[in-house]
Amino acid sequence: MKEFMKNIVMLLAIMAMHPVSANVNVFACEPEWGALAKELGGSRVSVYLATTAFQDPHHIQARPSLIAKLRRADLLICTGAELEIGWLPILLRQAGNNRVQPGQPGNFMATKHVTLLDKLTSVDRSQGDVHASGNPHIQTDPRKIAKVAKALTATLAKIDTTHSVEYDRLYRDFDKRWQAAISRWEKDAAPLKGVKVVVHHKSWVYMMKWLGIKVVASLEAKPGVPPGAGHLSQILSQLRTEPAQMIIRAAYQEGRPDRWLSERTKIPVVVLPFTVGGTDQASDLFGLYDSTITNLLKGRQ
Amino acid sequence: MNRFLISICSRYVQVVITMFAVVCSASAAQSGNAFNPSISLILNGTYGAFSKDPSVYGISGFPLGEESEPGVEGFSLGETELSISANIDPNWYGAFTLAMPGDGSPGVENAYIQSTSIGDGLTLRGGRFFSGIGYLNERHAHTWDFIDTALPYRALLGTQYGDDGIQIRWLAPTDLFVEAGAEWMRGDSFPAGGGANSGRGTWSGFIHLGGDVGSSHSWRAGLSYLSAKAINRESGATDFFTGTSKILIADLVWKWAPNGNTYRRNFKFQAEYLQSSNKGDFTPGGASATPYSATSSGWYAQGVYQFMPRWRVAIRHDQLKTDDPGVVFNNTTLDKQGHNPKRDSVMIDHNFSEFSRVRLQYNRDQSQPKVDNQWFLQYTMSLGAHGAHLF
Repeated sequence: MKEFMKNIVMLLAIMAMHPVSANVNVFACEPEWGALAKELGGSRVSVYLATTAFQDPHHIQARPSLIAKLRRADLLICTGAELEIGWLPILLRQAGNNRVQPGQPGNFMATKHVTLLDKLTSVDRSQGDVHASGNPHIQTDPRKIAKVAKALTATLAKIDTTHSVEYDRLYRDFDKRWQAAISRWEKDAAPLKGVKVVVHHKSWVYMMKWLGIKVVASLEAKPGVPPGAGHLSQILSQLRTEPAQMIIRAAYQEGRPDRWLSERTKIPVVVLPFTVGGTDQASDLFGLYDSTITNLLKGRQ
Repeated sequence: MNRFLISICSRYVQVVITMFAVVCSASAAQSGNAFNPSISLILNGTYGAFSKDPSVYGISGFPLGEESEPGVEGFSLGETELSISANIDPNWYGAFTLAMPGDGSPGVENAYIQSTSIGDGLTLRGGRFFSGIGYLNERHAHTWDFIDTALPYRALLGTQYGDDGIQIRWLAPTDLFVEAGAEWMRGDSFPAGGGANSGRGTWSGFIHLGGDVGSSHSWRAGLSYLSAKAINRESGATDFFTGTSKILIADLVWKWAPNGNTYRRNFKFQAEYLQSSNKGDFTPGGASATPYSATSSGWYAQGVYQFMPRWRVAIRHDQLKTDDPGVVFNNTTLDKQGHNPKRDSVMIDHNFSEFSRVRLQYNRDQSQPKVDNQWFLQYTMSLGAHGAHLF
């Protein structure tokens, strides 16, 4: 018995002192940041995705599995700007992990490294579930991803100094491919300029600005408030006088209100991946934009 | 073996010293919150209708702690909760909740500090807080799925066991969620009382396991033990108890949401079993102290289904039983009158947004032999900082 207890204590001591894997353990709140960490960390990182493209990142439960995963993370990569405010604080308080607490190098919030749109000077919930610090859905503009990539590389180098040269090399390689891809996407998406669309939630402000697409209506009367019958019929009459070319929805969003509107207006619904994994084609960050632009171009015809 | 323990202990002492050194030299840490501190206020009010007078409520055979009434007849302001919390510095988080009952004096419900910088899965907490035992115990009333707590909690834990003390939690570095915790408490609130053993007579231990099954299911299960000492614990205004209550709790929660997306539809199943062994002297109103030894137990099971965004329905069953403590306690609070208390509840609620909810609930309450039909209409709304809720 004494021997057994000794072994247990030894085992616990070893588990506490030595991380099991030599890799940087990344806990990514959303799939796009997991994909970016893989691009920039290569074989040096092990990535865990806390959410999928079929989950609403605003409404995640602080599940025990997530707490257990965050316990061992060296680096937490989230969107920030209050997107995860309903669940991340619980994970941080329960995981007992000092490396990923706010203020530590292992706490990386992507929105801190870009300029946000829709910043509010006054926050009042009568406007719906608005984020004071700005619209958090930055992953819909690849130019924002490029900025985040640069900041994330610096963070990786700080956390895992021995491989900083490799991170720098991976970043330069990624950035080269990424800038070339942006030029290609911008060229492909040129016909989308000025196209009028109806959106579900204010998920696409960055993409709309990037590609020059015009949002004429939003199915949510106020952010976070599910589409109601009154608001839908209002949009219906608005679309009869000012038609749009497509109704856009993220893979995780409910399709019923879009179909209702689409049947009455004959405007096609276009489902976009919104993040990595949202469509088959969106299997990585490059595929995310390939898929997004392909679907938008298809919807326009 | 001692050498290993000492090496672990000395390591933590070292870490703590390093932390203080770091704090002294480092610049202020960035807080993740837009507001520092985050402040929120929970507003809630009810309309209640009872077929029996709720002010003479009791549970046959069970001495009850304070605030165990099922509600108030007619319109009443429920408990207003003011919460302030923030990271204090890179090492500590602090939280404070003031509960203001509609008809009583405000009380400090929670006021605690919690470590954030120890690492290795360890978290320390000190101050006044709800014990981590069971599933429901730690959850604030505004996050409950029914207007009232489960009967076993009302009968055996005085609704919710919160006290002054310290807590340590350790999370294992495994993919399976394995959390162990222990608490050492003052022992001033039901089922403890009187701050026995110079204010350190109550302790608890718990272990939680949890995980996911596929992308649509998640669960948590727990086992907890509470040893509560009481000196002249008052119950029902006229009874006193001096002795020990040893409480064992088993809990299970299972949640389902298609693809893990809770927004549209989700289901939550929750069940707990509580057993309390009491030994000591019971003094029924107006009588003298009499040796008392009895075991009570109870369980509840409930299911909550969100069938479309913003709408949820729920059902719950509660049941209790207790030993007959003997003829000497006939016609006292401990006299169960041959009755095993039980209750059935149904609930429907509507959430206008994440921050506002209106709820209708019906209880067929048989806490006592005669059925009490209870109806509740309740609003619960929160303003201020966006809340983050426990699983």
